Amino acid sequence: MDFAPLWLSAKLAFTTTLILIVLGAPLSWWLSQSRSRWQPLVQTIVAMPIVLPPTVLGFYLLIVLGPNGAIGGWWVTLTGDSLTFSFSGLVIASCIYSLPFAIQPMQSAFESLSRKTLEAGWTLGASRLDAFFSLVVPLSLRGFLGAAVLSFAHTLGEFGVVLMVGGNIPGETRVVSIAIYDQVETLDYASAHQLSFVLIAFAFVTLFGVFFVNRCWQSR
Amino acid sequence: MSYYRTAFLFLFLIPLQSLAEDGLTIAVASNFQRAAKSMAAEFSESTRIPVRISAGSTGKLYAQIVNGAPYDIFLAADSARPKRLEDDGIAVPGSRLTYAVGSLLLWSADSTLNEGECLETLESGSYRHLAIANPLTAPYGRAAKEFLQAANVFDDAMSRLVYGENVAQALQFAASGNATLGLVAASQIKTGISVETRCSWEVPGDMHEAIIQQAVMLSASNSPDAATKFMVFLQGSRVAAILKSHGYKAPD
Repeated sequence: MDFAPLWLSAKLAFTTTLILIVLGAPLSWWLSQSRSRWQPLVQTIVAMPIVLPPTVLGFYLLIVLGPNGAIGGWWVTLTGDSLTFSFSGLVIASCIYSLPFAIQPMQSAFESLSRKTLEAGWTLGASRLDAFFSLVVPLSLRGFLGAAVLSFAHTLGEFGVVLMVGGNIPGETRVVSIAIYDQVETLDYASAHQLSFVLIAFAFVTLFGVFFVNRCWQSR
Repeated sequence: MSYYRTAFLFLFLIPLQSLAEDGLTIAVASNFQRAAKSMAAEFSESTRIPVRISAGSTGKLYAQIVNGAPYDIFLAADSARPKRLEDDGIAVPGSRLTYAVGSLLLWSADSTLNEGECLETLESGSYRHLAIANPLTAPYGRAAKEFLQAANVFDDAMSRLVYGENVAQALQFAASGNATLGLVAASQIKTGISVETRCSWEVPGDMHEAIIQQAVMLSASNSPDAATKFMVFLQGSRVAAILKSHGYKAPD
């Protein structure tokens, strides 16, 4: 079996998940607590990748990340390399693509926290940041876990966006879904079955894990 | 309620059914889509047989056909897949013929390049990315790789190659400025694109194996008579003119 695409996908999914949890947690918190009139607008933008086809994201990412694009041009002057056809570009693309899958579990976990617990923490003298790490995070572990698992799994299954901005470079942008696609195209069904089986097994195990853990949590 | 629903379903199904029986459905390799449309229009005009075109990559269409897709004719971008269909009895034995020969173009839309210096740029190595179609799946990609090897620049280019799923995507990478150069199908440029060409250079036919595009008639066709008419039409002089205007060579 060709392990390089699997390893690359895992690396991409891990990096994306890490970024989304770190940057997504404050955003989710703001979305869950804010009474600002901008809140629905931000919420909408965050949720849009669920609805948009990957071709729309891929098309605009190709323009924006390209050497003539706003972000891509800046990146070229900074690093001398282009963002399209690179691993870094895929990380940016995946973060946008999987954003709603990270935000929503965290946000709903934050929303279900009781206001009283938080206020109790504040009256006991905890700073906002302190309260976040010592109260919110432990009480919302389920949300964090859900966000991590879903972002990881969703990024692993990413196809359309990568197809459009990746350029199918072995070891750089040739992720597992693209490798399977190629194998099907070249009628190498045996290899396609192998990689597909790994993905199916992974999808089943992770989703089952999430639902199982959820159930245990509920009955506690 | 369920009566209504069934009746309603039938209302939709009946016209679809009759359409499938009367007309031809042709699976076309994406590079040939535009030429096929002109050909279909001309064919329909003279025979009154409606033609529907379904475009995709040759590999994907092949997989669809093997799994029972309702096409009458397959216009592939290579000769391997039609031959395989013929050998497996999925295509009508003896129906396989070459309908077009493609040519390869080195092309760029990059405004930092000097006009007409596509080949110089490739040879000097002063480019960021070179887009080609996937050599494993796309005939134009295989030809592109053969050309790069024949021109002794493959080793230099290898780390800067980006692979389009097919030749259409290779052009898209070059046209959007993401790749400096692209090895594309002459037919793509010939039929007009929205981006201004900075330079283009036609790769001599002897620097790669000929890009032979073959057609087959499928055994499962519902309208074998109409399909046979189309296969005959493919070899006619009017098609030769359409091929030329779309940047293809007619088969010898």
